[in-house]
Amino acid sequence: MKYAYYPGCSLHSTAKEYDLSTKEVAKALNIELTEIPDWVCCGATPAHITMHLLSLALPVKNLIQARKMGADEVVTCCAACFSRLKIANKFMEDDPAHREKVEKIVGEEYEGEVKVRHFLDVLVNYFGLKNLGERVTKKLSGLKVACYYGCLLTRPPEVTQLDDLEDPHLIDDLMRTIGAEPVQWPYKTECCGASFSLTKTDIVLKLSGDILQMAHDEGARAIVVACPLCQSNLDLRQDAINKKYKKNFNIPVFYFTQLLGLALGVEPGKLGFKKHAVNPVPLLRENGILGNL
Amino acid sequence: MKWFISQDTIKGPFQKILEKECGENVRLCYQCGKCSAGCPVSYQMDYLPNQIIRMVQLGMQDEVLSSKTMWLCASCLACTARCPREIDIAEIMDYLRRRAYKKQVIPLEETEVPLFNKIFLRNIELFGRLYEMGLIGMFNLLSGEFFKDIFLAPKMFLKNKIEILPHRAKNIKEIRAIFNNSGKLGKVKRTRLFYPKLVFLNLSRKLIGKIEKYK
Repeated sequence: MKYAYYPGCSLHSTAKEYDLSTKEVAKALNIELTEIPDWVCCGATPAHITMHLLSLALPVKNLIQARKMGADEVVTCCAACFSRLKIANKFMEDDPAHREKVEKIVGEEYEGEVKVRHFLDVLVNYFGLKNLGERVTKKLSGLKVACYYGCLLTRPPEVTQLDDLEDPHLIDDLMRTIGAEPVQWPYKTECCGASFSLTKTDIVLKLSGDILQMAHDEGARAIVVACPLCQSNLDLRQDAINKKYKKNFNIPVFYFTQLLGLALGVEPGKLGFKKHAVNPVPLLRENGILGNL
Repeated sequence: MKWFISQDTIKGPFQKILEKECGENVRLCYQCGKCSAGCPVSYQMDYLPNQIIRMVQLGMQDEVLSSKTMWLCASCLACTARCPREIDIAEIMDYLRRRAYKKQVIPLEETEVPLFNKIFLRNIELFGRLYEMGLIGMFNLLSGEFFKDIFLAPKMFLKNKIEILPHRAKNIKEIRAIFNNSGKLGKVKRTRLFYPKLVFLNLSRKLIGKIEKYK
């Protein structure tokens, strides 16, 4: 399988371990990911808040770059990039008035012919859980995880077309395949505060604190995510949450690719566990998943 | 709350302008309140999302644009996904923010988010990809919270999670053209680097806060 790969800004900075582990998993499964040359930011939330056309033009620019390298499908890992690229594609397909304006801005023709997929979608729906199960060399038995999807992976459903809107299950299925035990919990698609990380940190601390509390109450020892902003809010700000709400959370927050990498027998040193703010190594050792890192 | 609304307001053009420019039919709303029930940030808002929609229906442009609500919207899209009348409420919030920028109406209690968006976009325009250090530094400087999150910095450097120097995309000229063209075509006035009004609002708010603390 061959795909163009759009990492997005976060995966080159605050979420490097997501990028590393994604590449390792792809290598282990013979999925070829080629990074789009000269990709630029998708504009994220500030673009669609401030300039509507810009929020379509930036993703389209990237999709055109992907088309130039001969790709039909772009894979991305960041939930926000995924959402912005998909929304832009939808506008370019269905809305001639917007298409005309955006083509004028970018200076090239584009009709949404490059399809956008989340890496999770590629793994579960294209590679297949059965195929994946056969390649697992190390079951992560006994590891209780809460699978957290966040906002933009499933919303709005008519654009993302990825999973169930209120009770998504792709990460749960994946975790079961590699032997981990996903807990049933009601906060799968709650918001972590995402884009307010810098501006309204109070809101982030409350929302992320609630999520950690619920995961803790349902007996999860770790949270598994598929979005770099969710990870940084839950992991990097866990200290601040503990201080503000007088809690003792010590819940590591993994990207699904990191745990998958472990199960596929990728060398743990290559999966970036040292980059977490909440050290995940003790938990992994306790469950007999890791020896010495 | 009680309002006396004049006929001029109700018959005013605000609702029609909104429907035309963002393509959402707010008249469909029957006030079930599902958007507000699912909104993760509603506890901080001055008007709930469904109240904002009602105010738009009644043409109350000034009250809507000067409220904190849309600046507190996290764009999580829960309201949009759940609306039984299929109104894209998040898109309406986006539109209201764009209109507030255009009319230069910023609520006095909510000044960080409007400034942050501008700094973020300027960052992309300069480098093509997000330069986090620049974004955080610039935001702290211009919003008046100079030492915010400073205790996170060493952690992030040690774990190599944040770059000290920016990485500039090679096709930066094309990106600037995209910014310029979108501004022209969307008829959005693009301000200069230091956004005097927003910076003034932020700094004065912080100063007043400090003074009140010492009182």
